[in-house]
Amino acid sequence: MQKTFKIITILFILLGFGQIGLTAEKELLGAGATFPYPLYSKMFDVYQKEFGVKVNYQAIGSGGGIRQLINKTVDFGGSDAIMSEKDQAEAGGPILHIPICAGAVVITYNLPGSPQLKFTPDIIGDIFLGKIKKWNDRRLQEINPGTNLPDMNITVVHRSDGSGTTFIFSDYLSKVSNEWRGQVGKGTSLKWPTGIGGKGNPGVAGLVQQTPGSIGYVELIYALQNKMPYGMVKNKKGNYIQANLKSTTLAANTALPDDMKVSLTDTDSPDGYPISGFTWLLVFQEQDYARKSKEKAKELVKLLWWMTHEGQVHAEPLHYAPLSPKAAEKTEKLIKSISYKGSSLIQ
Amino acid sequence: MNMQAEHFSKVANSENFFRKLLSLAGVFIIVILLAILFTLFISSFPAIRTFGIYFFSGSTWDPVRSEFGALPFLMGTLATSLLALAISIIFSLPISIFLGEYFTQGGKATFIKSMIELLAGVPSVIYGFWGLFVMAPLVRKLELSLGVAPLGVGIFTASLILAIMIIPYSASLAREVISLVPADLKEAAYSLGATRLEVIQKVILPYAKSGIIAGILLSLGRALGETMAVTMVIGNRNSIPNSIFSPANTLASIIANEFTEATDSIYLASLVELALVLFLVTTFLNTLGKWIIHRMAVNR
Repeated sequence: MQKTFKIITILFILLGFGQIGLTAEKELLGAGATFPYPLYSKMFDVYQKEFGVKVNYQAIGSGGGIRQLINKTVDFGGSDAIMSEKDQAEAGGPILHIPICAGAVVITYNLPGSPQLKFTPDIIGDIFLGKIKKWNDRRLQEINPGTNLPDMNITVVHRSDGSGTTFIFSDYLSKVSNEWRGQVGKGTSLKWPTGIGGKGNPGVAGLVQQTPGSIGYVELIYALQNKMPYGMVKNKKGNYIQANLKSTTLAANTALPDDMKVSLTDTDSPDGYPISGFTWLLVFQEQDYARKSKEKAKELVKLLWWMTHEGQVHAEPLHYAPLSPKAAEKTEKLIKSISYKGSSLIQ
Repeated sequence: MNMQAEHFSKVANSENFFRKLLSLAGVFIIVILLAILFTLFISSFPAIRTFGIYFFSGSTWDPVRSEFGALPFLMGTLATSLLALAISIIFSLPISIFLGEYFTQGGKATFIKSMIELLAGVPSVIYGFWGLFVMAPLVRKLELSLGVAPLGVGIFTASLILAIMIIPYSASLAREVISLVPADLKEAAYSLGATRLEVIQKVILPYAKSGIIAGILLSLGRALGETMAVTMVIGNRNSIPNSIFSPANTLASIIANEFTEATDSIYLASLVELALVLFLVTTFLNTLGKWIIHRMAVNR
């Protein structure tokens, strides 16, 4: 009995180790942002069926992705936030930001009758700063003349966990409100002046759905799937834009730097939605680290190329905005610059 | 004679060996606890060095400016746990007396016992969902009728959910202890003319005191550390709560929310220091409880 037990245990251990040895080459590891997770999940599933390479992605949040990449425990990190100077320095080598798709952060609310509302940048700032406290405030009524706004308190709902969505939203508010920039700033976790917090996009959406008179910010996908109303936002050029795939893609169709480390918020594009942002996959430019083989680096580059080309067809059905031609062009250059021991991995 | 001596020494050896194995297990537990404490201390050192004693009095939690203070979460944890404990005792004590003294045998009694134990088996996340979709709207109605901001989430809701979660811990243990009160003690009281209520008040409860308090301690420990259910209904407001209905945050909840995304070292170290604070608070309350039990046993 004891002998059988010992044999079985040893077999299991060997099996476990054997797995590691057999599949190491054909497996890639990533971690990070939760926003694009539905898209990545679909893409990696399709990729595995087509090429036999398994991609394991843990949606632990943008900050987590950055941290794991710096610690060199993953092959790539997912992030909706651009890496800070401090994190870049800690990484010890240039890290490329490969954009995969763009998304929109919408202002959703819970009012009787679910009216379609309009918001201006300063009003959004003042609501989330706690300065505008009632729905029938004069300023809100002014830009929504046709709607009868009720005499209800505004309950702000924000994220309780650190998130890329918060980063995009606070990045926008820091650009359009001096007071926000001074008092709160931008980041994945903030000292919110007012409001209650929900965990993840579902948490915020859930709280807004349940709390009459509440207002919150979620990814477009979430508001659409839960059939929640969201406001039109006045962009830099003075147009009120409804968030959808088209306006998000247009927001990205502006001056793009070569390293694609660009914020899309408060876009110059006349029909672009002002609270948009890219989501990136972060990789080391020089792939020769942590005893990584050239084959594995090649697999990673192949994956990135596929995700930014053939894989883009999966974006729209899942309500993600695919890369525009201009963005795709710059992205190709970035992927081509990934090297192993100095030589490029893809032509 | 020699064979007998040999046999005895073999027995003595294996007894010795067994005892050493058991004490090794005990030592192992202590080592693990000390290792946890040590790791928490080392990882939070950058924050300890930066904020010092002001970490406990600081009420700002600002990741953008790297200013961190534990006071709001300490208050949130203590408020929700103690309120939950108070609410749960109102239910668990009567339940344990009922099942331990009145309704001890039979199918129905077993059924009720199983149901209570099932409460402990429900996953934390389910409690959180139930709290968010069932409890919160009810609390919202209550808040509307009281004229308070109808958030539905906050300390009150979190305490209610916690109370339900911790009932089984104190109820089961108390029930066991109450049912173990020697029959002859109770018979003696009855023969002296005591009523059932008097027997419960003057014989059973005093006898079972330490067990009941141990059960209460167990549930307090559970309440202090509960994360998922609390984080879904507490409102996640990182500031000191000013009323029973205000949203707040607890030590466990904020760590769970922000840990995976904390990128810079002071932020991370501050979160670990919060964990250290929780560890110390739990240890302190447990020690206090043990002391209370000891005093009660001595005073018998």
